[in-house]
Amino acid sequence: MITSTAAKVKVDPRDAKLSMAHFFVAFSALALGGLMGLLQTLVRSGKWELPWGIDYYQILTVHGVLMGLVLTTFFIMGFQYAAVSRTTGGHSSAARRAGWIGFWVMLVGTLMAATMVLLKEASVLYTFYAPLKAHWIFYLGLTFVIVGSWIDGAAQIMTYARWRKNNPGQPSPLLSFMAVINTVMWIVATLGVAATVLFQLLPWSLGLVDTVDVLVSRTLFWYFGHPLVYFWLLPAYMCWYAIIPKIIGGKIFSDSLARLSFILFLLFSIPVGFHHQLTEPGIDPAWKFFQVILTFMVVIPSLMTAFSLFATFERYGRSKGATGLFGWFRVLPWGDARFIVPFIGMAAFIPAGAGGIINASNQMDQVVHNTIWITGHFHLTAATSVVLTFFGISYWLVPHLTGRRLTKAMNKLAIIQAWVWFIGMVFMSGSMHIQGLLGGPRRSAFSTYGGSEQAAEWIPYQIAQAVGGTILFLGIILVLIIFVNLAFFAPKGEEEFPVAEAENPEEKAPMVFENWKLWLGITAALILFAYTIPFIDIIQNAPPGSKGFQTWSKW
Amino acid sequence: MHMHKLEKIWLIFGISCLVIFLTVVGVSAFYLGNKPPSCLTTVNPETVGQEKPFNEPGLHKVDGKAWDYELVYVASAFSYTPAQVEVPLGAKVKVIATTKDVIHGFEVAGTNINMMLEPGYISEYTTTFDKAGEFLIVCNEYCGAGHHLMFSKIEVVK
Amino acid sequence: MAKTVLKTNQKTEMEDRSSLKGTLASVFFLGIFIIVTWVSVYYLFVDRF
Repeated sequence: MITSTAAKVKVDPRDAKLSMAHFFVAFSALALGGLMGLLQTLVRSGKWELPWGIDYYQILTVHGVLMGLVLTTFFIMGFQYAAVSRTTGGHSSAARRAGWIGFWVMLVGTLMAATMVLLKEASVLYTFYAPLKAHWIFYLGLTFVIVGSWIDGAAQIMTYARWRKNNPGQPSPLLSFMAVINTVMWIVATLGVAATVLFQLLPWSLGLVDTVDVLVSRTLFWYFGHPLVYFWLLPAYMCWYAIIPKIIGGKIFSDSLARLSFILFLLFSIPVGFHHQLTEPGIDPAWKFFQVILTFMVVIPSLMTAFSLFATFERYGRSKGATGLFGWFRVLPWGDARFIVPFIGMAAFIPAGAGGIINASNQMDQVVHNTIWITGHFHLTAATSVVLTFFGISYWLVPHLTGRRLTKAMNKLAIIQAWVWFIGMVFMSGSMHIQGLLGGPRRSAFSTYGGSEQAAEWIPYQIAQAVGGTILFLGIILVLIIFVNLAFFAPKGEEEFPVAEAENPEEKAPMVFENWKLWLGITAALILFAYTIPFIDIIQNAPPGSKGFQTWSKW
Repeated sequence: MHMHKLEKIWLIFGISCLVIFLTVVGVSAFYLGNKPPSCLTTVNPETVGQEKPFNEPGLHKVDGKAWDYELVYVASAFSYTPAQVEVPLGAKVKVIATTKDVIHGFEVAGTNINMMLEPGYISEYTTTFDKAGEFLIVCNEYCGAGHHLMFSKIEVVK
Repeated sequence: MAKTVLKTNQKTEMEDRSSLKGTLASVFFLGIFIIVTWVSVYYLFVDRF
C-alpha cells in the first residue's frame, strides 16, 4: 500500500523543468567532451594528427573542463534539486527562482570560459596552474560557474530548511539530507578556488598586479580539488544507498549509518588537499603526512558503504530464498538497467578505491605522481563509478521528469551501453595504469622523446588507450541516443522515482546528525588545524612572485 | 544507532589495514628518511641562471657531504639543462632542480625521482643510482605547447 | 519428535535469511584486493631508486 502511493509521488513539474535544463547542458557537455577524449587517445596513439591547427592541449582543456566541471556540476545540481523536490514535497517558488538564477549564472560562466578556450586564449587545462596566464574572461567565467553553483545549491538548502521547520524533531528525508551534505561540502570547498581566482588570478590577468604567488594559488586550488572529487562521488553514493535498494526490491541496510558516512565525508573530504601536492617543494613534510592521515580517514566511510551495499544485496537475495555464501548474488535483477548500470560503477570502485589509497600513501606517490596511472585512476572513479551511476540515474529520472517511460528496448540498449563502457574502460584505464607504473607521463601529446627506449615501451599502451577510447566513444553515442529518446521520443507514461525505505523504519536516525552547527564547527576546526600553520609558512617564506606566461600555441 | 556485528569486524579489519599502511610509510619517511621531496629553499626565478648552484648545471663531485655527487638541473619551457649526463653506477646523488618560468615536472621514468618544479622553489631528492642503463627524464606537468617534447637523459654507467 | 525437527529447520531458515556471511566474505575479498595492490606498489617503491 505504502509502496504503491510512494511510486506515484512525482517531482513537481516546475522543478522537473529546471532539472531537465541542467541535464541538457550536462549531456551536451558529455557529447562534446567525449569527442575531445576520443581525439586525445587517437593523437596519443601516434597514428593520427589533429587537423586545422587544432592543438592537443586545447582539446585536453576542453575535455577536462567539460567533463570534470560542466557535466558533473550541472548533472549533480539537476539530480540533487530533483531529489530534494521528490523527498520534501517540492521547492517553494523562492527556491525555484534561486535554482533558475544559479543555473543561468553557471551557464553564462561556462560559455565565457568555453569561448576563451576555443579562441586559444586559455589552453591551461582545467587545473589552470599559475603562472600560466589565461585571458581574464576565462577566470571570470569560472567565477560565474562557482557563484552560480552556490545560488543553485542554495535552492536545495532553502527547501531542506523549510522541511525541517515544518517537521520539528523529525530526521529529514535521507536523500534530501545527503543532497544538502554534498551541497554544503561543495560550498565550503569552492571557497578555496574562489579565493585564488578572485584575489590572485583575476587581478593578475587584468594587469592590476604584476606577479602571482604560485604555491599559494596551487594550495588554494587543491583545497578545492580533492573535495571536488567527493562532490562527484556523493551523488553516486546517494543512488547506491537510497535508490538502488528500492530498484532491486530490497531495503536500506541502515539509514543511520548512511547518514553517518555522509557526515564523515563532510568532515574529512576537505582538509586533505596536500595529498595532491606530496612531491612539491615549499610544504613541510610533517604537514603533508598529517593530511595523508586525514586522507586515510576518508576511506572509512567508503569501507562502511561497501558493507552496506553488499548487505542490502544479500538481505534481498536471501529474502528471495537464495542460499549459500553467494547465492544472493545470482538473484539480483541483472536485466534491469536501473540496477546493472550503477552496479558496474560500484564494481569499478573496488580497483578505483585501491588505487586511491596508493596515490595518497605519502612517498609512494613518487611512483605514480603525474604519471598516466593517475589519469587511469580518475577514469575509474569519476569516469566509471560516478558517470555510470549518473547514466543509471538518468535512465529513470529523465523519463520521470518528462512524463515518459523507459521502454524495454531502451532498457536493453542501456545495458549494452554499460557493458560497452566497461570494456572500453578496461582497455583504456587498464593500459593507463600499467603505462603509468612504467613512468609514462600524463597530460602529454604523442612523443617518442628523442627515440628513448623507455618511451618506446609506452607506445603499445597508448594504442590500447586509443582502442579503449574508441569503444568508450561508441558508449557515449549510445548514451546520447538513450537520453534523447527518453527526453523527447519515448512513449508517454509514468516512470517511478525510486526512493528506498530503511530495513528498520522504527529505528529513527539520531537528531544529532542534523546539528549543522556541530558538523560545520568540526569541519572548520579540521580545516583550520590542517591548513593554518602550513599556509602561513607558505606565505611567509614565499619566493618573489611569478609574472605570467602564455606558453601554449595560439591561433 | 546500531551497527551489525559483522560490520564491526569489517571496520576493525579495514581500519587496522589503514593504520598499518600509515605506519609503514610513516616509519619509512620519518625514520628511514624516505620523505617525499619537500625542499623548503627558495630562489628568485628571474635570476636563477646566475645563482649557485644553477649557474653551473650538470654533475659535480662533492666532498664532505652525505652524498657523493650533486646533479643540478635548470628547467625552462621546453627543455632541461643539461640535456644528457652520465652518472657512475652506485653513486649517491643529490638531484637539485628548479624552473625559470612555469611549473614543470621532473620525473626520471622508472625511478622514485619524481618531483614538481615550481618557480621560486628548489626541489631536491637524494638517492643512490643502483641500476645501470639509460633513464629518461620527462616533464610530467603541463607547461605549454612543447610539454611532450621536454626531456633529458641520464646514463647510469659502470 | 517430528515437532523438534520442524523447529530446528525453522531456526536455520531464519538464520539463513538474516545471515550476512556473504557480505563479510565479499568485503574481505575487497580488503585483500586493496592489500595486494598496495603491497605491490610499495614493493615497486622500495625496489626503485
